[in-house]
Amino acid sequence: MIELKVNGRSYEVSADPDTPLLYVLRDDLQLNAAKFGCGLGQCGACTVLVDGAPTLSCVTPIMLLEGRQITTVEGLGSREDPGPLQRAFIEEQAAQCGYCIPGMMMRAQALLQRNPRATDAEIRAQLEPNLCRCGTHMRILRAVRRAATLMAGPASSPGTAVTPAAAGPQLDTPDTETGAQGDARSRPAYSERRERPER
Amino acid sequence: MKTFVTRRVVIRLLWVLGFGVAGLVVYAWRSALPPADPPSADSFNADTIRRGAQLAALGDCATCHTAPDGETFAGGRPLATPFGTIYSTNITPDLTTGIGRWSLAAFERAMREGVDRQGAHLYPAFPYDHFTLLDDADGAALYAFIMTRQPVHAQTPDNHLPFPLNMRFLVAGWKLLFFHEGPYQPDAAHNLEWNRGAYLANGIGHCGACHTPRNSFGAEIRTRQFAGGEAEGWHAYAINSDSQSHAAWNAEALHAFLSRGWHEQHGDAHGPMAPVSQSLAAAADSDVQAIATYVAAEMGNPKHDKPAADPPNNDTGAAIYTAACANCHDGTRPLPFGGIKLTLSTAATGETPTNLINVILIGLHPPEGTAGAIMPGFASTLTDGQLESLLSYIRANFGARPPWTGVESSVREARSRVSD
Repeated sequence: MIELKVNGRSYEVSADPDTPLLYVLRDDLQLNAAKFGCGLGQCGACTVLVDGAPTLSCVTPIMLLEGRQITTVEGLGSREDPGPLQRAFIEEQAAQCGYCIPGMMMRAQALLQRNPRATDAEIRAQLEPNLCRCGTHMRILRAVRRAATLMAGPASSPGTAVTPAAAGPQLDTPDTETGAQGDARSRPAYSERRERPER
Repeated sequence: MKTFVTRRVVIRLLWVLGFGVAGLVVYAWRSALPPADPPSADSFNADTIRRGAQLAALGDCATCHTAPDGETFAGGRPLATPFGTIYSTNITPDLTTGIGRWSLAAFERAMREGVDRQGAHLYPAFPYDHFTLLDDADGAALYAFIMTRQPVHAQTPDNHLPFPLNMRFLVAGWKLLFFHEGPYQPDAAHNLEWNRGAYLANGIGHCGACHTPRNSFGAEIRTRQFAGGEAEGWHAYAINSDSQSHAAWNAEALHAFLSRGWHEQHGDAHGPMAPVSQSLAAAADSDVQAIATYVAAEMGNPKHDKPAADPPNNDTGAAIYTAACANCHDGTRPLPFGGIKLTLSTAATGETPTNLINVILIGLHPPEGTAGAIMPGFASTLTDGQLESLLSYIRANFGARPPWTGVESSVREARSRVSD
């Protein structure tokens, strides 16, 4: 048994130690945000955070992750109360087919956590390893810039007090208020939603 | 009495030192060459410019003379040396910040003698110890190419060198000790192709600048030519008979590796070698062929260290390799998109673990807009302990060499570079 800490929750996992994290997230924990793209660490669709750093979960065996903090898109907020990055991606309608988006979001999250005032060039450089075949790059860039504003600015939308220090929900501890870390098994993962959000 | 003697000694020493410095200043003095009116583009013949472009590709001038995200040839790239940071200069024909007012004579003096138009000695980070071999026709062609580039106004930042290294006349002393000025001398014991390759590899190509070890004054150790050196946190492999490559190199393999950046028996060019092979793709094929012929002859049949006995038991390393590496490195996809079998990798057999550590931590990322091998980096996943287990597993099982020493400190060093 290997103990994995995902989105602030602990899971006992019985998968083989050499199983890639992506398979465990999707098959055992039903956290379906991270996607299987190439399986070779070349497309970025499976990107999650490990201790805040973007990590390709398809080539990362779980034996390397005991005691590390893993964060997936499900850890950024919930359907009912999306986090700033999620709100920004919805508001900018950044997804087309959506397959690359969770990877893009996690890599962007890593950057904005480290540097909420990232420049356009820094955002582009950060997202460079992640592929998008629909070509929605311009919207993705807009969404990340919007997220940066939501995270950093005092003028974030009313009702959601986002401080620069918080830069999104507390990723490493369960967020009881938003229920973001609620039972992942019982609700559809954020990125699995098919319906378009209201404008 | 004692104080008196000491004082006399000190005074004499100061005199000697003073004369020494004054002598060096006089020795070091070089006149400025008059500023020239910039030559017009049509004063050069198109073939000469084209030849100059090929030479600039062989010398990979653009990599050092271009700042990150800067204009090509406009300089400003910081070069970290053991002595301090030196910024590459603007070599576009801009009249004030570039070399727009340099005559051909001034350009050739810089290339062959390491003295700029104004008469200042250039630091040997600019490899004039190689470029001095350049013949007249090639010097003129390179000049024609450079002077017909777009002028870019970009001031070169000041170097960060401590006193007294910031005094350029001292470079004259360095030259006196280590610089062998003069054109290429053909070696009658070898054929034309070999000589052409030697002229290019040791001249404009300046292979030894990375692949030859340097002494504590930063000069290449000529008796150990191509025995392996250091470049920007990477080990530049030995390319003489000390080569640790598992499969022996030949001219054909070198030609492929140099001009397209990878070879199925040797893997792909990474670290500071990646831009070199990219640049060589634009060089004249016959020139790259000549370099390959010469370097292959220098390598001969490399001698190898004695293989290690049975690899030690290393469950952690084996498990990490199987889970994280084998999918690509034991897969069926051919290079450059599949991973090389690590039994062929010089990173596993090499003198130091540096390159293997670098590749595992940062992966391989082809420069924007180019095709090439991709490998994800594992800096965020592997702990230092896990990385060390993996390194010893790869070394023992694929490199089949005795363990590296100093792995721990190499890992620490590489980590600090990666997090920069």
